[in-house]
Amino acid sequence: MTTTVPRRSQKASFRDRLLRLAETVTTPLLPEDYLDLVAPLRAGGALRGRIVEVRPETPDAATLVIQPGRGWRGHTPGQYVRLGVDVDGVRQWRAYSLTSVAGAADGRIAVTVKAIPDGKVSNHLVRRTRPGTIVQLDQAQGDFVLPEATPARVLFLTAGSGITPVMGMLRTGLHTRADVVLVHSAPAAGDVIFGLELRALAGQGGLRLVERHTDTDGLLGVHELDDLVPDHAERETWACGPVGMLDAVEEHWTSRGVAERLHTERFRPTVISPGEGGTLTFTRSGATVEADGATPILDAGENAGVLMPSGCRMGICYGCVLPLRQGAVRDLRTGDLTTAVPGDGVLIQTCVSAAAGTCDIEL
Amino acid sequence: MTVIQKKAVNPVAHLSAEDIEIIGKELDAIRDRVIADRGERDATYIRKVIKTQRTLEISSRAVLLFSLFPPAWFVGTAGLAVAKILENMEIGHNILHGQYDFMRDPKIHSTTWEWDHVSPADQWKHSHNQLHHTYTNVVGKDNDLGYGIMRVDEDQKWHPMHLGQPLWNLLNACFFEYGIAAYDLELGRNLQKGRRKAPEFRARARAVGRKIRRQVLKDYIVHPLLSGPSFLSTLAATFTANLIRNLWSHSVIMCGHFPNGVETFEKTSIEGETRGEWYLRQMLGSANISGSKLMHIMTGNLSFQIEHHLFPDLPSSRYQEIAPQVRALFDRYGLKYTTGPLPKQVASAWWKVIRLSLPNRHTAQPGPAAPALVASQPA
Ligand SMILES: Cc1cc2nc3c(=O)[nH]c(=O)nc-3n(C[C@H](O)[C@H](O)[C@H](O)COP(=O)(O)OP(=O)(O)OC[C@H]3O[C@@H](n4cnc5c(N)ncnc54)[C@H](O)[C@@H]3O)c2cc1C
Ligand code: FES
Repeated sequence: MTTTVPRRSQKASFRDRLLRLAETVTTPLLPEDYLDLVAPLRAGGALRGRIVEVRPETPDAATLVIQPGRGWRGHTPGQYVRLGVDVDGVRQWRAYSLTSVAGAADGRIAVTVKAIPDGKVSNHLVRRTRPGTIVQLDQAQGDFVLPEATPARVLFLTAGSGITPVMGMLRTGLHTRADVVLVHSAPAAGDVIFGLELRALAGQGGLRLVERHTDTDGLLGVHELDDLVPDHAERETWACGPVGMLDAVEEHWTSRGVAERLHTERFRPTVISPGEGGTLTFTRSGATVEADGATPILDAGENAGVLMPSGCRMGICYGCVLPLRQGAVRDLRTGDLTTAVPGDGVLIQTCVSAAAGTCDIEL
Repeated sequence: MTVIQKKAVNPVAHLSAEDIEIIGKELDAIRDRVIADRGERDATYIRKVIKTQRTLEISSRAVLLFSLFPPAWFVGTAGLAVAKILENMEIGHNILHGQYDFMRDPKIHSTTWEWDHVSPADQWKHSHNQLHHTYTNVVGKDNDLGYGIMRVDEDQKWHPMHLGQPLWNLLNACFFEYGIAAYDLELGRNLQKGRRKAPEFRARARAVGRKIRRQVLKDYIVHPLLSGPSFLSTLAATFTANLIRNLWSHSVIMCGHFPNGVETFEKTSIEGETRGEWYLRQMLGSANISGSKLMHIMTGNLSFQIEHHLFPDLPSSRYQEIAPQVRALFDRYGLKYTTGPLPKQVASAWWKVIRLSLPNRHTAQPGPAAPALVASQPA
């Protein structure tokens, strides 16, 4: 027998029925395809955000303030968000650390991007993006965050755009709860992202700021830390910067036997070196095959007995398109390189693409 | 290998094998230039067309809720017909070709798109993209040639059944989407005994059944029911809109490969075909339609059938831009660029259907006695 049915579920099933009715009218599209036209940020839709402000920080860095859609679940300072940005009409996904206060009253979030030479997305975001642009979002993720119990003494070691996740932590008031030292490197004073804000904070005694201007003073060596921050090995440390710096820091902390106190964040994905061919793994069938750099993935897969979808075998029909889960492939026609990191699922035409490194293909 | 023509006058007899490969290289260069420039403009364009189409469709359907009033019926029906045509031609056909796959937008991608048509997208992609575009106008291999039920080339053997083909063609035009679903299923072949029960065919037939159910439920049940007292008039409106869409797309598609001047090819002629020869077959096997910008959009730019067949995966709005370059290439190599206004091309295609419903007049004449061109001979 039933007890009283909660009102909520009745409402929910009414909504479901309404949705199903709407689907019978919108087929083959979904009601959301129409709703996206008028309310791209609504709850329940794919997660997106609208850029509401682009604020220059330094000559080559800018902060983007984003109004996320209603489905945004918030973030913890230090985490990052994946942005899907259309550059030259092509959707590109990149990760950016959140620099805004967590749980801001207006619900807005911010990321701060540094344009790197020849960087496709970073230059687009810093120099060509206008307020009003809609971007695709993922929920915040990442474990470069403070533990629940705030440590008494904290060291931040950052360089260049590596300041971004740390800024998120500072803005959320870390310095009021802990003794904070920040050692930050940038080419010159004018290149320090958030320079004014950091110096003001230091001026008020909120933290001890050590700025290193590498154009004049050279790169910071880890051995210098003994002088700059004598108690650094006892501090809970978060480091974010270029690959070389992070490698050196990890080695240093390990050699001091305090590796567990070090937390690092890397901005560069694992380098996929485009070589001559590579190992192909078909993730669903589990088949693996060594392919050379001249053999189309379609042929390589078929030779290994994988049931590959195919059609014209000359690059015009798209009957062979499969998601590249991760790896690198070279377009045999243009020599262009397409790379994918986990989560991208870039779609490639297997009949005209050859492996240029280890590849995971979804099939 | 060679492109073999059975016509008395061989349109490529003057080309050497090297000429054909150079034509191929020049076409590759045109393609490369478009690809290098492809980007934001194309993405903006298709998104705009999609937005326009969706707005038009939903507002036309809203107007049709009051279709009891004749002005509402006319406006709504016209709007819905245009929306359906846009959806099938400029949007569906072209997205399913992978023309916008470069955008990497999962919402506008050949592998995820489904269209307002009774043939499920994946089945249509197989029969259209892979069979028709690869075997364009190869008698016996390209189902688009007469859809397996008509005689559209002198070389096809005449059968008394063909006497009825003007009527079949008219019926096919009225219910074109069902005709397409049937030949995507290769019904003619698959209904034969022994094939009917093949699990692969049955699964595909079920998928078509599901798609038909959804389409019918939408157009002929739910939408009319939502119109309340306007039930019957909305039913008539959606039927009319589908009819208009069918007649229109049938006409456009007939114009692509049937009119006079378009060549057909023998099965053996494509064995070992080079890229240049493949291009040449596309050049000679297609015909364009001349007209206004609006007409081009309403045909999904299939009015640039020649350019589309050369480069099926380039964004459709680019065909118009490259057409002068392509035409210049035809002229330079003395090839016939078949084009004409819509009424003329439709009439020419229909005339062929009617003419070939009767046996060839000079049965002995066109046969393979003059076996034809041979592209590999130096001119
Ligand atoms: C977890 C995470 C958080 C991140 N947070 C931020 C952030 O807050 N702010 C920020 O500006 N960036 C951040 N990044 C880096 C960002 O995701 C992009 O990699 C960066 O913007 C470059 O993208 P692009 O498209 O401009 O360069 P691409 O066009 O992809 O690359 C152009 C060239 O630059 C090289 N390159 C790629 N990435 C870098 C890099 N980081 N440094 C130097 N050279 C590189 C490439 O190898 C290539 O040769 C973060 C990355 C990760 C993984
Ligand atoms: S099989 Fe034709 S594009 Fe790949």
